[in-house]
Amino acid sequence: MKRLRLASSGSIRQRLILQLLVLVAVLSWVLYLSIRTVAGSAVETTQDAILGSATIAIAEELRGGVDGVAIDIPYTAFSMLGATGEDRVFYRILVDGATVTGYEDLPLADQPLGGLSPFFYTREYQSDTVRIAAVERSVIVGSRPVRVEVIVAQTRSAQDAIVAQMANRAATLGLGFFAIAALLSLLTARSVLQPVNNLAEAVGRRGPQDLRPVEWPVPSELAPLVAALNQFIARLSGALIRTETFIAEAAHHIRTPLATLRAQAEIALRQSQDEAARAAIRGMIRSVDDSARSVGQLLDHAAVVYRTDQRTDEEIDLAALTRDMVAVFGPAAELRDIGFELSLPDEPVTMTADRLLLESAIRNLLDNAVKYSALEGLISVSLEVEGDQARLTVCDSGRGLSGAKSATLTGRFRRGENVSDVIGSGLGLTIVREVVAAHGGDFRLTEREGGGACANLSLPLG
Amino acid sequence: MRKLILALGLILSAAGAMAFDIEEERLFGSGQEASVVSILSTTDIDIFEPLVVAFQAVNPGIAVQYTVASTTEVYRAVSGRERAFDLVISSAMDLQMKLANDGYAREHRSIETDGLPTWARWRDQLFAFAQEPVVLILSRPAFDGLRLPQTRADLIDLLRANPERFEGRIGTYDPNRSGAGYLFATQDARQSDTFWRLSEVMGGLSPRLYDGSGAMIADVQAGRLALAYNVLGSYAAAQLAGDPNAALIELEDFTNVLLRTALIPREAERPELGAAFLDFLLSGKGQTLIDEKAGLPRIDAATLASAGHRRPIRLDPGLLVFVDPLKRQRFLSEWTAAVVRR
Repeated sequence: MKRLRLASSGSIRQRLILQLLVLVAVLSWVLYLSIRTVAGSAVETTQDAILGSATIAIAEELRGGVDGVAIDIPYTAFSMLGATGEDRVFYRILVDGATVTGYEDLPLADQPLGGLSPFFYTREYQSDTVRIAAVERSVIVGSRPVRVEVIVAQTRSAQDAIVAQMANRAATLGLGFFAIAALLSLLTARSVLQPVNNLAEAVGRRGPQDLRPVEWPVPSELAPLVAALNQFIARLSGALIRTETFIAEAAHHIRTPLATLRAQAEIALRQSQDEAARAAIRGMIRSVDDSARSVGQLLDHAAVVYRTDQRTDEEIDLAALTRDMVAVFGPAAELRDIGFELSLPDEPVTMTADRLLLESAIRNLLDNAVKYSALEGLISVSLEVEGDQARLTVCDSGRGLSGAKSATLTGRFRRGENVSDVIGSGLGLTIVREVVAAHGGDFRLTEREGGGACANLSLPLG
Repeated sequence: MRKLILALGLILSAAGAMAFDIEEERLFGSGQEASVVSILSTTDIDIFEPLVVAFQAVNPGIAVQYTVASTTEVYRAVSGRERAFDLVISSAMDLQMKLANDGYAREHRSIETDGLPTWARWRDQLFAFAQEPVVLILSRPAFDGLRLPQTRADLIDLLRANPERFEGRIGTYDPNRSGAGYLFATQDARQSDTFWRLSEVMGGLSPRLYDGSGAMIADVQAGRLALAYNVLGSYAAAQLAGDPNAALIELEDFTNVLLRTALIPREAERPELGAAFLDFLLSGKGQTLIDEKAGLPRIDAATLASAGHRRPIRLDPGLLVFVDPLKRQRFLSEWTAAVVRR
């Protein structure tokens, strides 16, 4: 059978993985950005705190007096600024708006200072970006309040270095997160699609005759698909059953008129004196016989199809069954001077099987053998036990298979190319094959040495 | 074999009078060299000569112009952009720090600078190439019968107990005149309050004030001084070597360690040559020469770690504090009030 190539609308797996990867990439990026931002603002807060402390340390040492403001910058004020890195430090101290010491061009805050805590701002100074803390104090000089501004600035290379380092770590973390999440998304995609694959495999593994509904457990998302599939199977199965029933009914309805027709034809044969008419009637009787056989086989087949679904197994002796069936065909064979060569084991060959099915199979085999054997031919029937297999071989001395394949000849309504002169429905070997398959056995046709064909059945014992 | 050494007089050329004072200047070279590296330094030519000669042995194509000036003149020369130098060497860490902080130094990174401990460099602009303890030296005969002091507290006790012995025989730097003296005094004051007590006690004994270590050491050796406080250890060790009458003491409460530093000015005309000389100073060979020939202790974290009393003066912005003119004025007036009695 040729497998259909379905048009593909893309892979769910690929789509799933792609979407998960995009999601994970976005999350990693967000992670990286948030760590960077948080780290950056944390470092800035810390640096500001140190800068603010340095500024306040200077402001705390401001002293008033009679003749002016005493300014005594503590060593630690600047030393602490060197604690976190190697940043440049600038400062400026103004008394009543006039610079008294430090860097005269250090930018002032663009808003009035007030309160005890320093005001922070960022400016360009000496071709560097500096963070500036400014604080204002009022000092009493000669009973007059004097405004003193203390401004301390620091470059931010240490902060930038720390932030860059943290950003590196954040990037590493983000990449690691991405790698792990990517791996997990691969696994997720796989596990999500596992039920679909399982279902496909379960359905694909079914035999060609298996039209039972799919009862494989599936996730609820797949339930509609399975339900639809089961409905389809049910419709198909119903259609098949109707067809089989129709054939059986039709065969049954045809068989009775055929019997009547044959009886009347025989009466006509006896009564007729005209030799030409008698010959015609004999031909007619032969045709009716052939038709009856075909109808019988159709019925047989219908029965086999029905019974393979609902087998009634029992213990049977295959040897006895074979002997009985050969005995049944004895008279028909004698008519054509065909002899049987029977080789059966002495002990009974017991197996569990459906008796009617097996009978049907052996009957069809023997029928074929008789039908296709040459006049005065010999049909050999042998049964032997090999291990756990019973092997039944029926060989005729007919015209053989002429190269046709075993599988081709056992198809329904298939007939060999060299038998057009012999009447047959093409159902016989199909029945045999279906019965053997139903019992888990194997059926092959082979050429017999010296002409003729052999049918080889092996059936598991037990 | 011997390099032809050209001694130049002060350059009073067409450029006009220099706005800063030069103490000494010499051009090392044969006149054949393709280029000249000019170095401004506070270190005497005699001390640096072996280094310059060794540098030229490795770099025969480079002549070295070596100019010596005082620490404050060195600072003025660079900050005032008086003349372009390719390397500036000074023992005044505070002034060097100020130059680097204010953007007068160039960044330089090399295997040699990366090999320096972090406390011996700042922003890849300022590099220490020698570490020198600041010591107390004394004349043993003057301390006859007394226990030699090991800490500043010991010294204060001895001076108080024996004023007659030490009257007029104590020497120390005048921070008003000497940049190194100012740095030592301010670092002492920063480290401990005993400095001010010591200053008061010394002030009561009519101390003699100097502006260089050499003279102090000579006076101790000659017996004119009983002790000299805050002397550069490297000079003292070299001059007092083998003198049984002199003792060199690293005070155990703390001993400041001066870092001699170098920087490449932003205005340098041949910064790559300055960098080459700097890398030579910091290289294994240069450091060995500094230690053995120049008599300046090499940069060595291990000796600092093994001697807990040695505190290297930190290359951090704290040094800027005492450079502040208001702060300087305040400190010097306090110091003068404590030490100089009328």
